[in-house]
Amino acid sequence: MLGDRQQLSYIAAQAADARLNLELETEGMTLNIGPQHPATHGTLRIIARLDGEQVVWAEPACGYMHRGYEKLAEVRTFPQVTTLVNRIDWLGSFANEVPFILAAEKLMGVEAPTRAQYIRTILFELSRIANVSLFLGDLGVQLGAITPVFLAFRDREYVLNLIESATGGRFHPNFDRIGGLKDDLPAGWIDETRAVMKKLRGFCDQIEDLLFGNEIFQSRTRGIGVIPRDVALQYGLSGANLRASGVDWDLRRDQSLPMMWNKADWKVWTHPDGDSFARCWIRLQETRESTKIVDQLLGSIPAGPVMAKVPKIIKVPEGEAWVSTENPLGEMGYYVVSRGDLGPFRVKIRSASFNNISITPWLLRGVYVPDIVTILASLYFILGDIDR
Amino acid sequence: MLPKLPSAEVRPLSSNSEITTPVVDAAREELLVAIKSSLGDAVVDSHLKPGDDIWIRVRNDAWQTSIKKLRDINSFDYFCFLSAIDWMPSPYGRGEDDPTEPTPQRDMTIRSGYAGGETRMQVFVRIVNSKTHIGLNVKADVSDAVPTIDSLITVFAGANWHEREAHEMFGIEFAGHPDLRKMYLPADFEGHPMRKDFPLLARMVKPWPGIVDVEPLPGGDDSGDSSDGDAS
Repeated sequence: MLGDRQQLSYIAAQAADARLNLELETEGMTLNIGPQHPATHGTLRIIARLDGEQVVWAEPACGYMHRGYEKLAEVRTFPQVTTLVNRIDWLGSFANEVPFILAAEKLMGVEAPTRAQYIRTILFELSRIANVSLFLGDLGVQLGAITPVFLAFRDREYVLNLIESATGGRFHPNFDRIGGLKDDLPAGWIDETRAVMKKLRGFCDQIEDLLFGNEIFQSRTRGIGVIPRDVALQYGLSGANLRASGVDWDLRRDQSLPMMWNKADWKVWTHPDGDSFARCWIRLQETRESTKIVDQLLGSIPAGPVMAKVPKIIKVPEGEAWVSTENPLGEMGYYVVSRGDLGPFRVKIRSASFNNISITPWLLRGVYVPDIVTILASLYFILGDIDR
Repeated sequence: MLPKLPSAEVRPLSSNSEITTPVVDAAREELLVAIKSSLGDAVVDSHLKPGDDIWIRVRNDAWQTSIKKLRDINSFDYFCFLSAIDWMPSPYGRGEDDPTEPTPQRDMTIRSGYAGGETRMQVFVRIVNSKTHIGLNVKADVSDAVPTIDSLITVFAGANWHEREAHEMFGIEFAGHPDLRKMYLPADFEGHPMRKDFPLLARMVKPWPGIVDVEPLPGGDDSGDSSDGDAS
């Protein structure tokens, strides 16, 4: 198994170094990374105990951004919760609202009109593109290539402008409502989106040329931080991290939700290697697929209302519901318990990054110091998504 | 940016097929029978919502073995999350009481959710079959006096952080967990914030403005959303 090989090479290196260490009397040291570090997308702190250049033990220290959304949701009404969950993964905010709204709709037995479902799916994919395009640029910076991040910020801006013109908010749209959407699309939006999707495909090609074909990039990422399939499943990894370990599982395809992904023709990419390169490569392909989904759905948006008939004061019937969607970072789900009240009784937020990062103590054992950054970058997390 | 107008460029969709919820869910019913046969008398109660999900409740002392059997026999090999629920209604309501008035009477009866329950606290875990993508919610009662349950760390290594979080937020002890340090809060923090009898301090130190603002907002009802960016 690939993961075992990584551990074995560590043991072998340890044995080789042991005599040298005895002669030179080197002691282990503790390296503190963060809380402020560009590789951490927020304020993650990693404590690593080193032996020479290798990590013996490492663990992230979370909690620098814990906002207690699960507790806060208990004192809010159902429509108010979207404002909170917007700020969990702040790069793909609209995608955070959708599973919560779907869970509330499931409990109420309400379904959004078809037009709203189309627009929801399109905005969902746009937030994925905005989120992952920044990852693709940022990836370069973390490995020492400066150019891609400028391209990423330039092209992400087009997508954010689209999201802003449709929803009114660049980062925190708060646009999803129980039973539909706040508003319809503005005039001319569809043509503009088509043009932007074309630009974004160009951006993906550019990143592929600049970064993925780069020899240094490949040698920094290939074979680094290998996660075997069974370990990925055990730790509950999701999204690109899971598919890079060869698990063919995408919640957009494998789940029946009142969303419109099944109306478009697209492909779920997997990679057998499970290393950092595979994870980054999957995200690149997914951005391309997202632009295709958006393009196809734009052409078939039906006419009609964007809001179903729901009462002004929303009371959600008693029950429990679990809805999760394939968010930019992975599986994002809400376990909502309602007591027939105005607000939820309990909301468990299952965020992708929490599970994705919980593998780091296992994964960082035995790697070299520069690879810590590579692995963290390739796992891709947003701090708000870990701490909630 | 673009003017906000009702969209003009729409064309009708020929096939408008809605996703309908099946009344009978043969796959899940079959699965529930298989689960019950592999777990035996460990299953206390179960609940099935057709086309949606399955909930089962297992005995507290059979928690770890049940999850292990579900992983090995029923091939639920994906660990989604683990958490806990406090079924006691909050004595503070939604924190919107007027401090000048006496505290209103609240219904404090403890009612459990799907698949029932006998205790105030419950631990629940969601595991998924990575081939069929069918998920399963497993609950277990945790006694009020000694809130202890076996750790799942030997079954799913990913349960580590989830159990730490549940320990910190609900005060549940996971027997066999090697390292139940606090995940988010300072090490000297007292209490378990997600328990319902732990007040939301923000609502305690400053009353909810909803009861203070009796005047209507200027500029009508539809003032629109404003957004602040805490983006990276």
